[in-house]
Amino acid sequence: MADNIIEVSELWKVYSKKEIDFDVENEDMIESLDSSSDSVVAVRDVSFSVKEGEVFIVMGLSGSGKSTLIRCLLRLVDISWGSVKINGQEISTMNKKEITDFRRHQAAMVFQHYGLLPHRTVVENVAFGLKLRGVPRKERKEMAREALATVGLQDWGNYYPASLSGGMRQRVGIARALVADTPLLLMDEPFSGLDPLIRREMQEELVRIQEEFHKTIFFVTHDLDEAMRLGDRMAVMKNGEIVQIGKPPEVFANPADDYVARFVQDKREEIRKTDEQMAALATQPEKAVKNDVS
Amino acid sequence: MFPEAFNFSVAKSVNNAIKWLLQTHGSAFDSFSAAILGLLLRVQSLLVAVPWWGYILFIAVMAWIATRKIIPTIVLAGLPIFIGMFGLWALALETLALVITSVVIALVVGIPLGVIMAEANLFAEITKPVLDAMQTMPSFVYLIPAMMLFGLGKVPAVIATLIYALPPVMRLTCLGLQQVPKPVQEAARAYGATRWQLLKEVRVPLAMPSILAGVNQTTMMALAMVVIASMIGARGLGQEVLMAINRIDVGRGFEAGISIVIMGIVIDRITQGLARRWDPNRK
Repeated sequence: MADNIIEVSELWKVYSKKEIDFDVENEDMIESLDSSSDSVVAVRDVSFSVKEGEVFIVMGLSGSGKSTLIRCLLRLVDISWGSVKINGQEISTMNKKEITDFRRHQAAMVFQHYGLLPHRTVVENVAFGLKLRGVPRKERKEMAREALATVGLQDWGNYYPASLSGGMRQRVGIARALVADTPLLLMDEPFSGLDPLIRREMQEELVRIQEEFHKTIFFVTHDLDEAMRLGDRMAVMKNGEIVQIGKPPEVFANPADDYVARFVQDKREEIRKTDEQMAALATQPEKAVKNDVS
Repeated sequence: MFPEAFNFSVAKSVNNAIKWLLQTHGSAFDSFSAAILGLLLRVQSLLVAVPWWGYILFIAVMAWIATRKIIPTIVLAGLPIFIGMFGLWALALETLALVITSVVIALVVGIPLGVIMAEANLFAEITKPVLDAMQTMPSFVYLIPAMMLFGLGKVPAVIATLIYALPPVMRLTCLGLQQVPKPVQEAARAYGATRWQLLKEVRVPLAMPSILAGVNQTTMMALAMVVIASMIGARGLGQEVLMAINRIDVGRGFEAGISIVIMGIVIDRITQGLARRWDPNRK
């Protein structure tokens, strides 16, 4: 068990307008929370663990609770019930100082909407986490420039985020996470806002970075393609629950229920179509050329 | 008609409260008054020490920094010359001293209060109706008690100006902080920003355009109020307007009025231009 970086057990997260004293045993309460329009059970009795050096994917449609789940790992949202252990430390009972310290040293996060500071240059953005820790100015700038070089942005340090493209901004986000030098990397749909070619490029970049740094990566996405390309293991979420955990090829081959099957179906369809098109092109090369000429 | 049986008047108790304040805490008001007067006189002697062309030069430099255009710079720097030509330069400086003192106090008090409003919901809920009252209450209603408590002259003028000019900077500071995009704040928290670091490194810098708009509004309101404050004995351009009205000397009133307008335009354009320079989204 020692090599488990993340251990989550019986995790619940309820969003509610009213103050509630959540209790798993109280089934009436859970039922009333479910039926009420003032509250949402975003994460429901979720348990899993992630090993050191693993890329763990959480996949699901929007509203399935995957973004809430990743926020629970840093306690960016309060945990309603259950235990979240990272590197053996229990997150849910930490006080303010401990959780701040934990965020500074144990985990770094990459966001879908980048979360860059518009009033700071790229290099200052990358160094931001170090600044919060109190690393001296000169040292943190140097570290930030090194991190920028690993994501290929060494010449962009003095620009402001507004003058960068989406893909470049996310590279800055990744550099900011890498420079924090934490064992755990949390990524919340980091490539979802990018166009397909750039997304592909960024995925390859992440694979390369992972080969170099061997982080433990917790990666949230709604894209099965991405999950299959990057993941060592994946969990599929639906309505706050994990419906299946396994290696991506296993999930692809044996979907646990209709919901997972539908994800997989789309992908199979796509592969089948591509295969047919390729086959059609292969059998009728002359016709294709003729069409091009005319 | 409203039934007479429900008649209820607070006028008398308000009168008594003011009287009670005067009798029991009079000396406290006096020393407070002296402190503000001291600040005001220091600002004024500083302003008087600067030669007239020093102002023109200063305005030209600031206007250039704010607008980066030649014609607006020349116009803004040239306008104050009219004030001098009307023979109102010394009075304009007195008005300026009053405005600067009021605005400095308003900012020192208002920006922190605006930050607290954004941080603490309960405080904001209590403060908002108070701010509404400060802005909509006809100024003469508090000019008279201010005069009773702080004596005749410039100090009650500063107080009255503060009451009128404080709300915009508080509101706009609070609004600016609340409008800082959530993803940016969340990212800062995720990297271990404490509440204070979040405020200092992220929220205040990103709210700066709004805060500076508040500074601009507060300055404009202060300038407008300073004229009314001349009715309780504050000297300056307002007094000139007041005297002209009393003597039905339209021309003289016009000169003083135009001088106030010129001050307003110059201050407004420069502070607005500086605010735009500061906008992080323009970089």
